[in-house]
Amino acid sequence: MRFTPNPRMAVTATETPTTAPLLEIRDLSKSFGSVQALTEVDFEVRAGEVMALVGDNGAGKSTLIKCIAGIHGWDSGEVRVDGKPVSINSPKDAAGLGIEVVYQDLALCDNLDVVQNMYLGREASNGFQVLKEPVMEAKTAETMKSLRVTTIRSIRQPVATLSGGQRQSVAVARAVMWNSRLVILDEPTAALGVAQTAQVLELVARLADQGLAVVLISHNLHDIFAVATRITVLRLGYSIAVFEREKTTQQEVIGAITAGTPTKVSGIPTEAAEAIA
Amino acid sequence: MSTQVESALPDIDPTGIGAIPFRIRENVKAGNLGSWPVVVVLVIMVAYFGFTANNFFTAVNFNNIIIQMAGTTMLAYGVVFVLLIGEIDLSIGFVSGIAGVVVAELQLPDSGHQIHDVGPIPAGVLIIGVALLVCAAIGVFQGSIVARIGVPAFVVTLAGLSIWQGTIQKALPEQVVIIQDTTINNLAGYFFSDTWGWIIAVVGVGAYAAIVIGGMLSARRHGVAIRDPALVILKLLAVAVLSFGAVAICNSDRGVPFALLLVIIMLILLTFLAKRTTFGRHVYAVGGNAEAARRAGINVPRVRTIVFVISSVMAGLGGIVLAARLNSVNIAAGSGTLLIDAISAAVIGGTSLFGGRGEVRNALFGAMVVVTISNGLNTQNRSAGDILIATGMILLIAVIVDTVLKRRQTKAGR
Repeated sequence: MRFTPNPRMAVTATETPTTAPLLEIRDLSKSFGSVQALTEVDFEVRAGEVMALVGDNGAGKSTLIKCIAGIHGWDSGEVRVDGKPVSINSPKDAAGLGIEVVYQDLALCDNLDVVQNMYLGREASNGFQVLKEPVMEAKTAETMKSLRVTTIRSIRQPVATLSGGQRQSVAVARAVMWNSRLVILDEPTAALGVAQTAQVLELVARLADQGLAVVLISHNLHDIFAVATRITVLRLGYSIAVFEREKTTQQEVIGAITAGTPTKVSGIPTEAAEAIA
Repeated sequence: MSTQVESALPDIDPTGIGAIPFRIRENVKAGNLGSWPVVVVLVIMVAYFGFTANNFFTAVNFNNIIIQMAGTTMLAYGVVFVLLIGEIDLSIGFVSGIAGVVVAELQLPDSGHQIHDVGPIPAGVLIIGVALLVCAAIGVFQGSIVARIGVPAFVVTLAGLSIWQGTIQKALPEQVVIIQDTTINNLAGYFFSDTWGWIIAVVGVGAYAAIVIGGMLSARRHGVAIRDPALVILKLLAVAVLSFGAVAICNSDRGVPFALLLVIIMLILLTFLAKRTTFGRHVYAVGGNAEAARRAGINVPRVRTIVFVISSVMAGLGGIVLAARLNSVNIAAGSGTLLIDAISAAVIGGTSLFGGRGEVRNALFGAMVVVTISNGLNTQNRSAGDILIATGMILLIAVIVDTVLKRRQTKAGR
């Protein structure tokens, strides 16, 4: 695969929240056997904003992002990118739409170095599948520089030798290197100390400043209120509410996470909606 | 900016000679000792046997060791790939025997299934090709069961071990078949003339230098940091000294054996495959973190299947070399210590049993250790039991080192 510089990276964050959503999900449902993981979920994210996705364990956050990432399909509902309905059947489809996910476990190969991880599965090679190592190394250095990830001593050292924050930075850098427009971060600060958390949150904010749409999944409301533009709350597989960060409080969000009721009950009996309330 | 919080390290050029201590420390932290321990062990062993055994330090014995280890080394090369994806292949011993049987049967005159020369292609080449195809099919069969159905490789290849052993026994009712085809026998029995030996050394060292310098120029063109030129020159000198030294020793006996050339060529080809191609990168990725590889869009079952094909084909090639060395194939082909020797070679050389760590050259160094133990103890007139115990002890030490390194790596990671 050829590397092309991300055109969005040059855009500054002047876009207002009134722009059309980059990703728009309507009435998305997904069940695993008899378990209804998602029920008519609505979700959207715009370019240049950090949309936080919160909810208790089992609320459906992971299922929702796995649908978006093409890990598994969905049963019903519509996913639109740039207003156009899309189907996402594989991670490759998602990548083709500019959607990249940084998973909680980072999905890095510890035995490989930074460059090798950045190009994992998309190695630059010639027609005979021979790696173009210098090309990959130069572009990795460039991307790291553009994201101001400066703490990594050598991009040729194995990822196993990096700190937690550095590993997170590598995973994020990998996500944004590929012309991505939407980056989904799953619990990026969960395993980090104070200084490293600050470092990663700064990187998250910078991604949105550069014009990318960012979805941030976190249990930590402090982190969310530090960087999010808006907050979507999921509860028991339903989308409960969307808050503007500047017009809400942590109390209000916690209330929605623990006791929110679905605002939309079409398709399910009213008793069911009341039952989960 | 607060991204500097972690950077307290002095700014050393990470590619220069001055950074070698740093690189060694980082590698040890990452659980990557490279080939150094096994090379040290090898040097100590050679010195020990050189002083204590009769006839060890002779050119004749040097050539014997090379021919003795060529077959095992082929198997061990394949084992490295299997270990790199964190699997094991117990069937290689008898898969190598299968290749020997196929080769022996297809060259057997008046058997009704003898393959003859086709135009300019000698029969031996065709026969070897057919045998390797048979082994590739075995690899596809076993690899698919592991990769697509998800049966542990240990069990699949254990079943294979039994199946292929039985097949060999049924295929050789006559107990032994003599190989008369000179092309096949030359794999282990041909020696280059002195002149050709020197030519091979010059071409080999020249090509190596061209590749190394070409790589540096390409890196420089892309503005990527390059290794310290002094280090590179040292490395080139070492390769040149080793190559010409080896040829000088071989030439004072019967000449450079073809088996040595085969060992080196396969080393280069497989190292290239592992380190310089997309497929090789994917092998390391699958061994390091299969789930991460899958999410990155790598076709993990395909990589796994191909690795088992490599393992079986290399086993087959090794089996043919072993058959050529004996000029025959018998009902015991692929049995005995072949399997344990091949796996020991890869592991002693520094290939991790946990996957993702190791290089093809490890197998060569490991095979040298394994064969040097058996050859050295033999020249000391020790028993076969002593050889088995010594090999087992060294394997045990290698596995302990591997496990300790793995634990260090897990700790260093976070």
